[in-house]
Amino acid sequence: MASFYELRCRECGKRFPSAPLSSCDECFSSLEVIYDMAAARQTFTREHIARGPQSMWRYQALLPVPEDYVPVTPSGMTPLLAAPRLAKRIGATNLYVKNDAVCLPTLSFKDRVVSVALAAAKNFGFDTVGCSSTGNLANAVAAHATRVGLKTYILVPADLEPAKILNTRVYGANLVPIDGNYDQVNRLSSQLAERYHWGFVNVNLRPYYAEGSKTVGYEIAEQLGWRLPDNVVVPMAGGALITKIRKAFDELIELGLVEKKQVRFFGAQATGCSPIAHAVKNGLAYHEPQRPNTIARSLAIGNPADGPYAIRTINESGGYAEDVSDVEIVSAIQELAETEGVFTETAGGVTTAVTARLYAHGRIAPNELTVMAITGNGLKTTDVLQGKYEPLQAIRPRLADFEALVAAGQEKAEHEREEVYVR
Amino acid sequence: MSVKVVLPTAFQKHTNGAKELESKAENLPQLITDIENNFPALKAHLRDGDGKVRRFINFYVNEEDIRFLGNEKYAFKDGDEVLVIPSIAGGCF
Repeated sequence: MASFYELRCRECGKRFPSAPLSSCDECFSSLEVIYDMAAARQTFTREHIARGPQSMWRYQALLPVPEDYVPVTPSGMTPLLAAPRLAKRIGATNLYVKNDAVCLPTLSFKDRVVSVALAAAKNFGFDTVGCSSTGNLANAVAAHATRVGLKTYILVPADLEPAKILNTRVYGANLVPIDGNYDQVNRLSSQLAERYHWGFVNVNLRPYYAEGSKTVGYEIAEQLGWRLPDNVVVPMAGGALITKIRKAFDELIELGLVEKKQVRFFGAQATGCSPIAHAVKNGLAYHEPQRPNTIARSLAIGNPADGPYAIRTINESGGYAEDVSDVEIVSAIQELAETEGVFTETAGGVTTAVTARLYAHGRIAPNELTVMAITGNGLKTTDVLQGKYEPLQAIRPRLADFEALVAAGQEKAEHEREEVYVR
Repeated sequence: MSVKVVLPTAFQKHTNGAKELESKAENLPQLITDIENNFPALKAHLRDGDGKVRRFINFYVNEEDIRFLGNEKYAFKDGDEVLVIPSIAGGCF
C-alpha cells in the first residue's frame, strides 16, 4: 500500500497536489515527491517488505503510485554480487557490484524509473508517453509502454548506438531520431511537453520517474542485511540516480530500517562529458554545461538537470567525483567481465574505472564496504569493443590441432601473468 | 532590430497568459530587464533573494544554449528566436 504523497519544490518548498508538473510555478525549479512518513512507519517495515514480491515493487509503500496499483512488470531486485576478483585487482577487499545490467525487462536501471513513471502516466489518464533519451530510457519506455498499453514518442540523438535504436523499435515504438546532441533533444522534449497533452517521462512525469531510482538504494541496504555500505560509486548523467540513492538511504534511516550511518557518495563520469566531476573537483556549487564528446553516450549529458543536487550530495557526504578517458572505459568493461562475469555497457566501464582510481588514489580505503552501481548491459554497446579481440583462427576437427591450440594458449598465459596492472 | 521571445507555460501565470514577446534587447541582461518591464509580476519569480536570475532558468537562441554562444556577451541578431525553458528536462541515460 502506497503512503500519501504529494509534490514539493526542491528550492522554495512550495507544495503541490500530485499532478503531472514539470516545474514549480513560483521559482521554476524542479519538483520532488514527498511522503507522509508517519504513515509509512506502518506500511514500510522490514516485515512488509519481506512479504512483498521479488522485485522493486516490494518497496511500493514509498513509491508514488496509487494505493491500489497492481504492478505490471517485475523490474528491479537485481543481484548484489561480491566482487572479490575485481577487488583484488584494484586493491580492495570489500567490494560489491549492484548489477542492473540484468534489470528486467530491458537490461538497465531505467526499467525501475519507467515502471514508476508509466504507473503515474496511467493514473493521470495519458494515452501517450514520450521521453528524450540517450538509449536505455528509450528501450525501457518502449517496452513498458507496450506492457501497459500506452502509445509512445521517443526522441533520441540520431547518432545513437545501433543496438539501442533497434532495441527501441522492436517494441513498435515511435522512435524519432533528432539531428542534435542529447541536450538539444532534451530541450525539444521540454517544448513538446508544453504543446501536447502527453506524459513526458523526464519532463512532466519527472518527479515520479526519479523516485524509481530510490529502489537501487533500498535493495542495496536490504541485500546487505539491512545495513548501509560505507561508500557507493554511481555513474552520473543527469545526476538523478546518485541523489535518489541518498534519498533512499535517508528514508531507511528515518524509518529505523537501518542504523544511521554517513555513507560517502562517489560520482563517476567520462572525461569527455564531466560537468559534475569538474564542479566537484573545482569546488563549484553549480556545474558549467559542456559539449559531450565520449563513447559513454548513455552518460553524455552536458547540462545535467540534477547537476547541482548531485554536487551537493557528493560534497555533503564527504565523497568525491572522478572522470576517466574513453580508453580506460573500454579496459574497465573488459576487466569487469573478465573478473566478475558481468558484461556492462560504457556507463559501467566508467563506474568500474572510476572505482579503481578511487582506490588507487586512496580516496577509498581497501576494507571499506563499497558498492559500485552497474547500470546497463554490455550487449547494448558492443560497438566499443570492435577491434579489441583478434580474429580467431579456426582449427580442423582434430585432436592434435586442439592440443596444439591449448599448449599455445598456456604459453601465452605464462607471459601475461608476469604483467603488472598499474593505473 | 528585434528578437522573438517564447515564454514557457510556467511563466504564464505571471504574464496574464502572454506566451510571446517581441524585444529590442541587444543582449541577455537587456532581454531579462525587458521581460521584467513587460511583466512586472514575473520579476519576483525570475530572480532569487540576491537579485540574480535563477539558475534553473535556461535561455536558448535559435535552438542553441546561450551559454555556448557567449552567454551575456552574445549580441542578438535581428530575427533571433529566444526560447526560455525553466528547469530543463530531467536526467536520464
